[in-house]
Amino acid sequence: MDFSSINPALLIASLMVSATPILLAAIGEAVVEKSGVLNLGVEGMMIVGAVVGFIIAVNTDAPLLGFICAAIVSGIFSMIFGILTQYLKSNQVATGLGLTLVGLGLSALLGRPYEGMKSPTLKALDIPFLGDIPVLGKMLFSHDLMIYFSVFIVAMVWWFLKFTHAGMVLRAVGENHDAAHALGYKVVRVRMLAIMFGGATSGLGGAYISLARVPQWTEGMTAGAGWIALAIVVFASWRPWRVLFGAYIFGGVTVLQLNLQAAGASIPVEYLSMSPYLITIVVLVIISSRGNQGAPASLGRPFHASS
Amino acid sequence: MYIKSVIAGAIASVGIAAAALAADVKVGFVYVGPVGDYGWTYEHDQGRLAVEKHFGDKVETVYQELVPEGADSERVMTQMALQGADLIFTTSFGYMEPTINVAEKFPNVKFEHATGYMRADNVSTYSARFYEGRAIQGHIAGKMTKTNKVGYIGSFPIPEVVRGINSAFIHARKVNPDVEFNIVWIYTWFDPAKEADAATALIEQGCDVVLQHTDSTAPQAAAEKAGGVITFGQASDMAMFKPTPRVSSIIDDWAPYYIARTQAVLDGTWTSTDTWDGIGPGMVGIGEITSAVPADVKAEALAMKDAIASGDYHPFTGPINKQDGSVWLAAGETADDGTLLGMNFYVEGIKGDVPQ
Repeated sequence: MDFSSINPALLIASLMVSATPILLAAIGEAVVEKSGVLNLGVEGMMIVGAVVGFIIAVNTDAPLLGFICAAIVSGIFSMIFGILTQYLKSNQVATGLGLTLVGLGLSALLGRPYEGMKSPTLKALDIPFLGDIPVLGKMLFSHDLMIYFSVFIVAMVWWFLKFTHAGMVLRAVGENHDAAHALGYKVVRVRMLAIMFGGATSGLGGAYISLARVPQWTEGMTAGAGWIALAIVVFASWRPWRVLFGAYIFGGVTVLQLNLQAAGASIPVEYLSMSPYLITIVVLVIISSRGNQGAPASLGRPFHASS
Repeated sequence: MYIKSVIAGAIASVGIAAAALAADVKVGFVYVGPVGDYGWTYEHDQGRLAVEKHFGDKVETVYQELVPEGADSERVMTQMALQGADLIFTTSFGYMEPTINVAEKFPNVKFEHATGYMRADNVSTYSARFYEGRAIQGHIAGKMTKTNKVGYIGSFPIPEVVRGINSAFIHARKVNPDVEFNIVWIYTWFDPAKEADAATALIEQGCDVVLQHTDSTAPQAAAEKAGGVITFGQASDMAMFKPTPRVSSIIDDWAPYYIARTQAVLDGTWTSTDTWDGIGPGMVGIGEITSAVPADVKAEALAMKDAIASGDYHPFTGPINKQDGSVWLAAGETADDGTLLGMNFYVEGIKGDVPQ
């Protein structure tokens, strides 16, 4: 066994790339669930973002524009779910699953002419000074814009939920929509905005897969990342920094186990393969075992203004 | 109102019956990936299209893509059988037991399972000798690696994949005694993100050749991004990555087989068989060896291809020892198909264990 071939700097750099799609999707879903809505359509919104981002980036040769369009289109796409569940009072679980199916089908249709094409990818930012630090520069300061942006979004969500009035309204809506309604807050409007935000970040996450991590378009390429994101939100007790932590652990163990296999570690491969799921759940459960679990009390419950 | 709907229903069912009558034979295909993976499933679908083109109106084809291995696939096969399919091709190893289960319930429907070993009166098996192509890849890999580290992305540790690893390794070692194989198992046939991660991990550890036994082109894209790495197209040509990183490929050509089997059903001569064809009969093709490969290496690879095709050379020809050093094949002895079909051991020189 020779682990000297595993370079920690490269490992951490790969970890961040591997975790970012899940992180983006999960942080959006955390906000959606904080507002009391369970949207199981994350996978569908991600893949729509992946295909839209790819199509735009290929046609305009501007990956950044691809990301922006992915966020906008996935945000609009999530409105299907929003209108059905918030205005037409459909069942959230069924509608969310439906959104995933529609997203997978729609993306396959849109993406068919783009299969096998190559996309322009985001260039790594050339950060002066910081990028030149040995080891640390390679590890943390040699990434593309989206990686830093994803961390920035997590910080913004944390700040928004904890310190702003609007964030408290959103949390109130998620905890007890009847009380929030009685206080005069627009429950449905708040939830629609949250759903749209969740759609936009899921779209960014999907586009990150098709434009940076892989980078190409293949049908069904998100391959379950949306479901992982949903699980991470729950195990992270709906807290932004824990979502980031969970996503990085998952990404980290995924990359680490592949590296261990490649280095010929004498751990049975079956254990290595299950380790990302197992370790992420165990770590987040241990963290969350103390105190309030933080599940929004109105999560998944339909809201009728009349009641 | 009631009468109206009855009439409508009757008209609809006549329409369906007419549609069913229009084609003599209905052929179903069950795919594990999307038809646009440009790998394994893509080639099966090319075979399906060839069947449609060959028979025209006489044959109708249906397919279902992205069918998970396991219970879901049974549902899909059952549905195809109920919809009147006469012949169903199930194109992934994990469909083996579901195919047998469904075949029991529909004795009049013919089933064909790819890459498996369980047969019944109405279940045939077919596969290609991919290991013949792996031998050629191993030769090129051994000649071209500068770091002497070859990465191999495995899907599931089943005989088909283990056989490919052994074949590639034997031929890489033959031309380069210092070469090492780093093998990563990812337990999926199709997950572009995971495949890309695996390729990246191998490349970061110094592998400058990456072989894959998974279905998407993601490892090719990862190799292209990294630069200075060569790859081989898997199951399909993956020609968009020419001339590098993709320097050659194994192409599965299922079309002749699918046409022959459909013809057998049309003629009423279909029987349960076991087909395992290689480069010779054309089921395995070797994609263009690009200019990135030195001319002498290319000539050697093509010579090996011809020798395998004519039957002069078997990729598993002794002396070959098993990983523990015990003798598997004595000098000049070639492996029998039974051992190859159940291969669950590495040959001497490969590090690590086959996951059990």
